Amino acid sequence: MASESSDEGGNGYEPKILVFACNWCSYAGADLAGVSRLQMPANCRIIRVMCSGRVRPEFVVTALSKGLDGVLVLGCHPGECHYSEGNYFTRRRGLLLKNLLQFVGIEPERFQVRWVSASEGAKFADTVEQVTEQIRALGPNRPQGGMHSTEPGDR
Amino acid sequence: MPKTRVGVFVCHCGNNIGGVVRVPEVVEYARTLPNVACVEDNLYTCSEEGLSSIREQIAEHGLNRVVVASCTPRTHEPLFREACEQAGLNKYLFEFVNIREHCSWVHMHDPAMATQKAKELVRMGVAKARFLEPQEEFESSVFPAALVIGGGVAGMTAALGLANQGIQVHLVERDQELGGLIREVRTLFPAGQATEEVLQPLAEQVRNHRQITVHLGSEVEDVGGFIGDFDVAVKADGQVNNLKVGAVIVATGAEELKPTGLYRYSELGNVVTQLEFEERFKRGADVPRDVVIINCVGARIPERTYCGRFCCTTAIKNAIWIKEREPEASVFVLHRDVMAYGVQIEESYRRAMELGVRFLRYDPENPPQILGDGRAEAVRVQHQLMGKEIVLPAELVVLTTPLVARDDNPRLSKMLKVPLGGEGFFLEAHLKLRPIEFSTDGVYVCGSARYPANIPESVSQAYASAAKASIPIREGVVRAEAITALCDERTCSACGNCVEVCPFGAVELQEGRFGRTAQVNPAQCKGCGCCVAACPSGAMQQSGFNDRQLLSMIGALAEEMTGGVGE
Ligand SMILES: Cc1cc2nc3c(=O)[nH]c(=O)nc-3n(C[C@H](O)[C@H](O)[C@H](O)COP(=O)(O)OP(=O)(O)OC[C@H]3O[C@@H](n4cnc5c(N)ncnc54)[C@H](O)[C@@H]3O)c2cc1C
Ligand code: FES
Repeated sequence: MASESSDEGGNGYEPKILVFACNWCSYAGADLAGVSRLQMPANCRIIRVMCSGRVRPEFVVTALSKGLDGVLVLGCHPGECHYSEGNYFTRRRGLLLKNLLQFVGIEPERFQVRWVSASEGAKFADTVEQVTEQIRALGPNRPQGGMHSTEPGDR
Repeated sequence: MPKTRVGVFVCHCGNNIGGVVRVPEVVEYARTLPNVACVEDNLYTCSEEGLSSIREQIAEHGLNRVVVASCTPRTHEPLFREACEQAGLNKYLFEFVNIREHCSWVHMHDPAMATQKAKELVRMGVAKARFLEPQEEFESSVFPAALVIGGGVAGMTAALGLANQGIQVHLVERDQELGGLIREVRTLFPAGQATEEVLQPLAEQVRNHRQITVHLGSEVEDVGGFIGDFDVAVKADGQVNNLKVGAVIVATGAEELKPTGLYRYSELGNVVTQLEFEERFKRGADVPRDVVIINCVGARIPERTYCGRFCCTTAIKNAIWIKEREPEASVFVLHRDVMAYGVQIEESYRRAMELGVRFLRYDPENPPQILGDGRAEAVRVQHQLMGKEIVLPAELVVLTTPLVARDDNPRLSKMLKVPLGGEGFFLEAHLKLRPIEFSTDGVYVCGSARYPANIPESVSQAYASAAKASIPIREGVVRAEAITALCDERTCSACGNCVEVCPFGAVELQEGRFGRTAQVNPAQCKGCGCCVAACPSGAMQQSGFNDRQLLSMIGALAEEMTGGVGE
């Protein structure tokens, strides 16, 4: 029997991470990781979009203000977007958004943008692993403003 | 508006999902989700039984949204959408949840977490499904020509398959000659035919075909566009030639592994690979008397775990060839197992033994040793049945190595936006159901580019890929997925952000009923959604990926944090 412990992280909490993956590269990369049976932490939940350029900054802010611990946007490598330039918008928007998050008091590391191609199953798995650990290290996200107060340890 | 009634179908995928994710728990959980009218689990939702069950439940429960939680939309979405359509439900009222590639297969050792994740993914899928809307598809035309990359047996056969249907083909070959790998091969298994007998007529037909333009000494520099409308840049002698095609077939083959560092290859002149052996005797060298053939060189090892598939056959073919010319020659084949699959190849295996070729199994832990100074003189090997070492005289040692993926596969894979597998070969969309297609529409694969394939296999795959590629070309239209952008003119402020970001020039500001607003030309829109993200007023939306749908997924995921329902 496989071990069923799901509470292994040193600080006893499992971050919940929202991932946007573009259909053409990153979602396919995630599929390839699956087909290759690459094992990875189970903290990410993928929303498929056609292009990373579809991700509106509002989605990231909404997710973090609702208390999700991190948002990862995955797209094709620069220069390889299926729609030529969608991921350039993602990149520029991402930089601005990080500043904005800092301004409103959310750790900017909770939001990350990475590039994973359709053939990079292993890179997808590594990215999930790295980002999960980074966000785990930040501890639970407690959005300010009392919108959705989360008591310490109440998950 | 009729009340929203969602049906959820959770697939066990045999043991693939059910062996990790506790499907019954996911089913029970799905029943508690808003608007869910029926939940069912299937051993295989994609089987005829599963599909007819979807159709039946739509009728029985008056479902107007369907969610399937199984594998990946990249391979199975069309199938489930079709099932919905057959039951009279617009296929855009279907939502896919991936709990195999993204869940059971990557969390195999943590059933609890995997089950939890599957539940949340289903919750997100149901949340989105509630806001799905029926859509009409837009048709676009297909440029009536095809590109075949690679002029080996596979590429030539595919090109003829298309051209004989009257389709114009551009065949791009990097070398100055057609033929590929078998140009170096002397005779062909299983019948021992001279290669020329097969190759010459094929190449001749290709060169003389009215519908085929052969581009020799040429490489594909760049590929852009989509099924029906690919723009291809082909480079030859520094000159770039731009072509337009509706479909692309990858037939770039593979290379024989040169086993540097193994069995003193490249140190000793009389240790050669099978291909080098074939080349030598094609040029008329004397038939050697004592030959040792070593199989599985550089194959089925931790760094390269696959079997080269036809290498054993090549070894058998060449062993027979020597024995037929030099019956007194001593020919040993040192192997790990002999893969002589199929009727004729097994027959050749038997014939080789009858001719006196000796097959000896070696232990990969204790591999054969090449003896000799300056040239190989003998091979020492542990005889597994006798339990002792024996020394075999060798005038020539032939190493049987597998085909390996070409170095520039990554470049081509990026250009075409299709994946490579772990060993660097092109990876088909589905091993069983879509073996010669990629999940990127309009791109197909055949021959050794996909996996080492012998000629009969390469030819069948080439026929198949030509048949597949001809479908959109002959239909002349493809229906674009209805995921284009749409502007709500009432809320558009005509800021023009969308016009700026659209990579396809599909959005324009125009005078309309509500004054000057953005308008999308669906023929040009490719459905990336960039304009939607750039729209400050929310007037621009993308069908199937609108803000409401995506925000409802985010809300559903955050439910435990916010203590409420998504929307
Ligand atoms: C030693 C040996 C013996 C064999 N003996 C037999 C046998 O007896 N019987 C049998 O059935 N099979 C045999 N085979 C297998 C046979 O070689 C393959 O089945 C066959 O070569 C597969 O054809 P293909 O068209 O897929 O690939 P290839 O023959 O590799 O052809 C691919 C072509 O694509 C071109 N190309 C590659 N990349 C590009 C690019 N980027 N742009 C443009 N062009 C490109 C290459 O130059 C090449 O011409 C043997 C193989 C070996 C190694
Ligand atoms: S399609 Fe992948 S980032 Fe645009």
